Amino acid sequence: MSEHAIEVTVNGQRVGARVEARRTLGDFLRLDAGFTGTHLGCEHGVCGACTVIVDGLAVRSCLMLAVQADGAEVTTIEGLAAPDGTLNPVQQAMRDNHALQCGFCTPGVVCTMTAVMADGETTKDGLIAAMSGHICRCTGYQGIRRAIRQLTGNAGPAGEHA
Amino acid sequence: MKAAPFDYVAPGSVAEALDTLAEAGGGATLLAGGQTLMPLLALRMSQPFIIVDINRIEGIRGIGHTADSTRIAAGTRQAVALADPQLGAAQPVFIRALGHVGHHQTRNRGTIGGSVSLGEPAAEMPAAAVALGAEIEIHSRDRGMRRVRAEDFYFGPYMTALEPDELVTAIHYPRWPADTLTVFREVAQRPGDFALVGLVGAVHVANGKVARAGLAWFGMGPTPIRARQAEAALLGTAAGSIDCRAIAELAVADTAPFDDSHATSHYRRSVGRRVFARTLDEALKTRQAA
Repeated sequence: MSEHAIEVTVNGQRVGARVEARRTLGDFLRLDAGFTGTHLGCEHGVCGACTVIVDGLAVRSCLMLAVQADGAEVTTIEGLAAPDGTLNPVQQAMRDNHALQCGFCTPGVVCTMTAVMADGETTKDGLIAAMSGHICRCTGYQGIRRAIRQLTGNAGPAGEHA
Repeated sequence: MKAAPFDYVAPGSVAEALDTLAEAGGGATLLAGGQTLMPLLALRMSQPFIIVDINRIEGIRGIGHTADSTRIAAGTRQAVALADPQLGAAQPVFIRALGHVGHHQTRNRGTIGGSVSLGEPAAEMPAAAVALGAEIEIHSRDRGMRRVRAEDFYFGPYMTALEPDELVTAIHYPRWPADTLTVFREVAQRPGDFALVGLVGAVHVANGKVARAGLAWFGMGPTPIRARQAEAALLGTAAGSIDCRAIAELAVADTAPFDDSHATSHYRRSVGRRVFARTLDEALKTRQAA
């Protein structure tokens, strides 16, 4: 088995490590880079919890090798809020709408929404379609849908289901 | 849920990749988008000695058009193809099917060549290639280039005509006439899941009669399955007098669905029959409306 020296920019910090070829990007982020906000759920590409932003695109970090991210810029949940702690608009909308229960799937959900919106997607249906790549095992989808409605200017009357 | 150890190389050119494959003597596995391979590695259903990562090869990305065909380089990301307006205009049936491949997050990594060449029986891309009459461009170090028709490429689940020393470099999709009707329907438990039953195809009507038809099933057998009897029955028939139910019977007769934890073969046939008839009928009605 081969080992590889890699250097990845994670949330603006350059992180160097020597990794086995089989190390996934998700394990690298948690175990080598120390960004444990990235949650690995199923580890085979089904649940979406481990989604991070690689060079501007939302990808599942369990379905990419760390060595493939050599030279890439990765943003995890830790890199989304401003340095003073001000939440980004997606985080704020999630908080305003009680869109997390246990919170395990949340980092991936927020990374997908942030990347998709940064790429110019502003419609409710577009964001909801991107959410098909995530499973919330608490089944807290209504809160996530309310957050999406708020983000896209489709907020319904208080108390209405999304 | 961790992959077994393997060696990893990331060649910078097709020639270098072909050298590695030739020298590995069958022990190497190609890593394109990884959205199918990585789960297989994690589950240890695949334990290659060497992973040959083709993501650093710039020369196998891109989309080109000629008057009668579209060449999609194998390493082109699904998300890139889906967002390409020119491709949408030239290959509407292909694009319709591509929108159902995986999820936004997997399409950002997944490639067209990877999806076509793996041969997952319930996947959209192999069936679309068969239905449209696509050809798969394959390279090896020792035998150079060859092209295989998609309908001759698939032997069984994940079993294809691709030899261990070969690399799929592009898919060539013929251009169908501009007013070709798109036939597409997928039945899955949730959007993005593997299809329980799927149908993709193109029907072209000229002078009121079906002049050309390409129809293929996915999720209805060990490979994508071309609905040959249905195609033959459609050809030359007046578009206004097509018995969609009878054509659907013929189409289902060509399938070989299986039982699994999601659905029985009986369910697949029964749903397939209805879905085929309805989808064909709707496609023909869009023509009347136009």
